[in-house]
Amino acid sequence: MGDQVMQYPAIDWLAITPIIILLGGMMINLVIASLTRAWPRAWYAIATVELAVACVIVEMFLWHDVNTDGSRIIINNAISIDHFTLFCWIGIAVALALVSLSTSEYLRRESLDGPEVYALYICAALGAMIMSASNDMIVLFLGLETLSIALYVLAASHRRRAESQESGLKYFILGGFASAFFLYGIALIYGSTGTTSISGIGNVLSTEVFVKGDDAMLLAGIALLIVGLAFKVAVVPFHFWTPDVYQGAPTLVTAFMASVGKFAAFAALVRVVTVALPTRAEDWRPVVWVLAILSVVVGSVLAVVQTDVKRMLAYSSISHAGFMMIGIESIGHTGDVDGLPATVMYLMIYSVLVIGTFTVVSLVTRTGDASSEIGSFRGLGKERPALALAMTVFLLAQAGMPLTSGFIAKFGVIKAAATNHSYAVALVAMVASVIAALLYLRIMISMWLSDEEAGDEKREAIAIPVSAGFVVAVSAVFTLLVGVWPSWLIDASQAALQLAK
Amino acid sequence: MISIFASETAATLPFPILTALILVPLVGSLLTLVSSQRRPEITKLIALLSSVLTGALGLWMLASFNTGEASYQFASKHQWISSWGIGWHVGVDGISLFLVVLTGILFPLVIVGCDPHHDEKRYLAWLLLLEAGVMGSFLSLDLFLFFLFFEIVLVPMYFLIGGWGYDQRIYAATKFFLYTMVGSAFMLVGIVTTALLAKKDLGHISFDLVEIAEGANFAASTGRWLFFAFAIAFAVKVPLFPLHTWLPDAHTQAPTGGSVILAGVLLKLGTYGLLRFGVYLFPEAALWSREIFLTLAVIGIIWGAIAATMQKDLKRLVAYSSVAHLGFIVLGTFAFTSEAVGGGVMQMINHGVSTGALFLLVGMIYERRHTRLISELKGLQKVAPIFAAAFMVVMLSSIGVPGLNGFVGEFLILIGTFNTARWWVVVAATGVILAALYLLWAYQRVFHGEPDEANSSFQELRLREGLVLLPFIGLIIFCGVYPKPMLDRIEPSVKLILERVEEKTGYLAPAPVLLEDEHGQEEEG
Repeated sequence: MGDQVMQYPAIDWLAITPIIILLGGMMINLVIASLTRAWPRAWYAIATVELAVACVIVEMFLWHDVNTDGSRIIINNAISIDHFTLFCWIGIAVALALVSLSTSEYLRRESLDGPEVYALYICAALGAMIMSASNDMIVLFLGLETLSIALYVLAASHRRRAESQESGLKYFILGGFASAFFLYGIALIYGSTGTTSISGIGNVLSTEVFVKGDDAMLLAGIALLIVGLAFKVAVVPFHFWTPDVYQGAPTLVTAFMASVGKFAAFAALVRVVTVALPTRAEDWRPVVWVLAILSVVVGSVLAVVQTDVKRMLAYSSISHAGFMMIGIESIGHTGDVDGLPATVMYLMIYSVLVIGTFTVVSLVTRTGDASSEIGSFRGLGKERPALALAMTVFLLAQAGMPLTSGFIAKFGVIKAAATNHSYAVALVAMVASVIAALLYLRIMISMWLSDEEAGDEKREAIAIPVSAGFVVAVSAVFTLLVGVWPSWLIDASQAALQLAK
Repeated sequence: MISIFASETAATLPFPILTALILVPLVGSLLTLVSSQRRPEITKLIALLSSVLTGALGLWMLASFNTGEASYQFASKHQWISSWGIGWHVGVDGISLFLVVLTGILFPLVIVGCDPHHDEKRYLAWLLLLEAGVMGSFLSLDLFLFFLFFEIVLVPMYFLIGGWGYDQRIYAATKFFLYTMVGSAFMLVGIVTTALLAKKDLGHISFDLVEIAEGANFAASTGRWLFFAFAIAFAVKVPLFPLHTWLPDAHTQAPTGGSVILAGVLLKLGTYGLLRFGVYLFPEAALWSREIFLTLAVIGIIWGAIAATMQKDLKRLVAYSSVAHLGFIVLGTFAFTSEAVGGGVMQMINHGVSTGALFLLVGMIYERRHTRLISELKGLQKVAPIFAAAFMVVMLSSIGVPGLNGFVGEFLILIGTFNTARWWVVVAATGVILAALYLLWAYQRVFHGEPDEANSSFQELRLREGLVLLPFIGLIIFCGVYPKPMLDRIEPSVKLILERVEEKTGYLAPAPVLLEDEHGQEEEG
């Protein structure tokens, strides 16, 4: 330790270019936007999309770099640059681009247009990227807060809807609790291992032998850490905020939460359990097992009894999170090589899927996000067959039907579970997914098979703006493409297995 | 271990005909979907052409099929998802051959013979997608691929029942979807586990049916678990008692075309699966659990027959008769003699033809009278004698009257099972009598007597309807009088499966009761 001169860490600027692009771009956008008149049409969104696309391109180059040079930990052990990080970064940037595009017309429909929402999207994405790359608990926490605070504001960003305000406040209060748990967990783990570095914790735990009974503080730390992250990924029993927040928040913010938010939280969870806590797998694996089973069952069952589509999808996202938890449970088995690829692949697939789904929902709920009741889908097959067809693809994919990406995702997770002889959890998950299928069927019935009811003709016609239509089309094509030709995604997710340690 | 699939591609054609059988209806479905809304006749033409082309390809395949060869023919194998060991592996043997041909024949007939009344474009697109799915299921030799097609079949069928069915259609469609999906959930876990456990013996992960069957050895208890995971899915699909309750609803509520396909080929996915993925892949477990399946099959036969007798609705009656008939097929499959299993395979086709035709006829009655209630119908024979004659032939085939196709299959099953499961056969044989009871009674009530006012204007069989029915009746009579060509192609593959059972378990199938060249004489007996 230097006592007179402050030691600055060497910074690998190239490796953090995506973060710099987003941060710089967000600030420039905000400054310019605040100095100029309101930009016409979709320019706010386009500026955001450009940043995201630039990010993806740089990330592709970085992927190639890691291929040749191997993974590394940079900035004084704070950030890991490996395929896992880049996989998540690409997923996050793509989600950012897609959500921004579909938000564009939505904001104008709701007369909320302005640069703020996009700036918050970028800010949240930034936090998500830091979270998924962090190799230090403190950096992880910073990322988490950057993401969460932006999401709190985003959830409340529909200024004229009380539900939106309510959802923001609920998310804020409960999210604050979760952050506190998480932070306390970090503190306890620091107390017992003497480091906050994730790979450092892993090293300490693999060498240090705790005398029996002496690891209570560590175990409490792990428990609190898992509680904090379980809240963010929304698994039962830490899911209570999800339906309310998903329902109240502006529909596309919900899409953002369900894609980017889940991506970041799961990435953090994966990194913590694989890098920091592999030697403690016997301790956390049973917990994850219970969380997974509870989530798939409770998520599916409660989804079916809802009448509000956004609420249904919120519960279904809980059940999907349960599936991803099965992947994490697999990681906890010694020598496992299937769990991590299955989890990240599920994340990527689900994130595109959920954006497509919620974009359709945002169009169908019509002006003012007024009715996300299932009845608002009635007759969609007649009125907008293409949109209904795309929605059908998304719903079938969420139900895990073959030839869609959702099947590949579920198959990967089930395969990971079966490899580790967790047959019970695989069976429970599959049976729960049948229950969940009923929910997707209900929406499909409403779209295609329900008869018109009185007053239907007075409803506002559903407009499909170009940008949102594009997002739906891209998501649907991705969903089908991965369903038919999944090899490239499987290979990419397997590359993510090599974590920087 | 002796490789029993040494000559995998004995019969070859200049192009991968099996892949074409799957892709032609799939492409047809997409073309139908994108065709212009304003030119419905072109849409119909596209659908018809692609289904006829598929049917023609199927017949061509039948013509070039190498009779007497047991292994898979026209096989083509390509890598697909290589890191998971999943490949596009399709092939056809004596067991799937006629199911594929039947699928190819049924779909064009359904497209010509059944009118959806509304949204024809979507109806046709779903129908062709269904055909691609069914073809794929029968042809797949890769567990993953099979599951994919097996599951994808649900979606078009769901929409066909839900979109074009009768009053309770959504309930029936949802029930159908969920029942089958529960079964599939078990099967998916079973498939994944099978492949992963086979990895130890194979040295690499593979979902290839042939590779796993040849190379992997499962411990008895493991094999039983896996077998049951598969068997649940198939038992729902067959449907085997007590999982059959979705069937009457689905059949009754489905549009006529849907019912024909459902009875004709979809249910066969279950019996075919039991044979191909149950008995063939897990011989020990199948043999071990045979008494369970025999018992359930016999209960199904009797239960289905009794329930059919009590139905007021003609379509529901035919639906319950399906439960009974499928019971016979399962009985044959688990009798483990070459006659019974072969008879079961043949009965899959026979049931498809005769019950398919019955549903068509019931559909025609509904078109004319807008009711299917037996009590509303009376004396149709007087006003529509040709219609009644057609119904009579089809019904007699369903009962299993000698000289028609139903007899051959049922007779083979009963005589083959007699040696290995005598008491089950004794009970099952009463099912044959009950079949005569419920069908003849129904016929009597609907067609005999003096027509009342509503029925006196019942229209005679139209030319188009007659032409649609002609192939059915032709098959019924041909297969009844001269089943040899069919049995010659089925038997080698059946024997192969039984040899595998004997090799793996030490079970010894009793010597055939009938010598091969006596098949021609059965009808006289």
